[in-house]
Amino acid sequence: MSAALDALGSHIVSSQPGVALSHAVRHGELTINAASAGIVSLLTFLRDDQRCRFTTFIDLCGVDYPEREKRFDVVYHLLSMPLNHRVRIRIETDEQAPVPSAAGLFPCADWFEREAFDMYGIVFSNHPDLRRILTDYGFQGFPLRKDFPLSGHVEVRYDAEQQRVVYEPVKLTQAFRSFDFLSPWEGMTIPGDEKADEDRKGASRT
Amino acid sequence: MADGIAVASPPPEEKRTFTINFGPQHPAAHGVLRLVLELDGEVVERVDPHIGLLHRGTEKLIEHKTYLQAMPYFDRLDYVAPMNQEHAFCLAVERLAGIEVPRRASIIRVLFSEIGRLLSHLLNVTTQAMDVGALTPPLWGFEEREKLMVFYERASGSRMHAAYFRPGGVHQDLPPQLIEDMQIFCEQFPPVLDDIEGLLTNNRIFKQRNVDIGVVSQDDAFRWGFSGVMVRGSGLAWDLRRSQPYEIYNELKFQIPLGKNGDCYDRYLCRVEEMRESTKIMLQCLALLRKTPGPVMPEHSKFAPPKRAEMKQSMEALIHHFKLYTEGFHVPAGEAYAAVEAPKGEFGVYLVSDGSNKPYRLKIRAPGFPHLAAMDYLCKGHMLADVSAILGSIDIVFGEIDR
Repeated sequence: MSAALDALGSHIVSSQPGVALSHAVRHGELTINAASAGIVSLLTFLRDDQRCRFTTFIDLCGVDYPEREKRFDVVYHLLSMPLNHRVRIRIETDEQAPVPSAAGLFPCADWFEREAFDMYGIVFSNHPDLRRILTDYGFQGFPLRKDFPLSGHVEVRYDAEQQRVVYEPVKLTQAFRSFDFLSPWEGMTIPGDEKADEDRKGASRT
Repeated sequence: MADGIAVASPPPEEKRTFTINFGPQHPAAHGVLRLVLELDGEVVERVDPHIGLLHRGTEKLIEHKTYLQAMPYFDRLDYVAPMNQEHAFCLAVERLAGIEVPRRASIIRVLFSEIGRLLSHLLNVTTQAMDVGALTPPLWGFEEREKLMVFYERASGSRMHAAYFRPGGVHQDLPPQLIEDMQIFCEQFPPVLDDIEGLLTNNRIFKQRNVDIGVVSQDDAFRWGFSGVMVRGSGLAWDLRRSQPYEIYNELKFQIPLGKNGDCYDRYLCRVEEMRESTKIMLQCLALLRKTPGPVMPEHSKFAPPKRAEMKQSMEALIHHFKLYTEGFHVPAGEAYAAVEAPKGEFGVYLVSDGSNKPYRLKIRAPGFPHLAAMDYLCKGHMLADVSAILGSIDIVFGEIDR
């Protein structure tokens, strides 16, 4: 299974030079790292190539890594019902650089891209209708970014005097608490203890 | 006065559409869906679904919870078939962490996944009938759902939000009497299904409202990212339980019902047949459970709590218990996508772990999301009354679409 996926990955990378950059098979899943600019040609190839035939667009989502220069990953999942295999494509982008939209190829990508825009502020170029989708009308901010607080910025209540729902800054009667349950033994590094720490990390990865 | 009207009226060739709001408080909207419909007379020109009225930020919340604490959020997605969602999450965690599931736990999971399928299809088939005017099917169907929810309660302690599956297995073993009672249910359920079918399958009104409505061709099923009954109704033999089997599905005998025309009526027929197949799967699971004793969680694993009796004796067990329920277990860094055949289609969980005790990112791929996205394509050119029939047949639940 994974040998076949590996061969498929090499086929995709060699057929789309400059767009599909590398491939990896982990946990029986094929991942392709790609360049953001060529994503539409890659998706077209994956859909139409006889060895790929990834005809179903399963999912698109963003992942936020704020410490990176290009902070967002955009991850596509495709499925081939005729050949019964899956692929994941990962591209990198930042807040400004738009990603070419896949909505022209797969109409259902429309909503997934709207969701990624809504949640992360990832911009898609040539998108037919890039509006917010899940958050409230008039919502500010991008809730799934790591720097967005869990409790949000505004809360709503019905105001009997004004006879309408009003938005107010969040007031928590008890401050939001995030407990650190990590073992103190694992959490801190005593000077001179780095070697033992590395051993433990190696052991937990296996 | 008469002259004034003649001047104000538009030239006859100009098309006049008007816009109405369908929902968010419409009983046929299946929850909190707001559809902005553009109508030309009674013909639908454009549909713009406004979703997100039930958005609770599940994915954000899960990023702040340990893996075990994230579990109950999955019940609240598709609250009609809670355990199927838990299943996808458990599979994703197990794949990343490399946890082996004991065989008895696998059987129990399949059993409850099929109960979830019955729960969902019973609700959908009967409310679809209600959307087109029949009142009796929901009353009959809900009686059966109640029995199934009692099974949920006897296994997990909760009728709906079970939180019963765990990465590694299920929380507790089933009481022996529950297995016997499920057997009785599986024997009495097919006649009830016959009764419900007797009300609908050849019913003239039901057919008039559903046959040739919302037709999905195979190509369009691909283009719109459909899964589950939405592709099977169009004649595509695709079922993750068969094509990418997980747990013990490859040992079980069951058929995959297919539709021919891809209309609302075929999807109804598929669901009814799937309920019959689910009952057969349940019977096979019950037979397997009787001859497969054993643990339902991995033993001596850092992912499962120690036995209560052990905790009274062993300090290590007590520490392990404490650490498991406060710090939680760590999942090795990496990413995995696990999908199950939920009643509504492919329910997937994309999990990114950074090696800590909390998911770094968890994306929930709800089957209803692309289905609802295709509302415009499905409804265009249909009459206003067909919108509720189509909405009923694509089987949407807002818990999972809005997350």
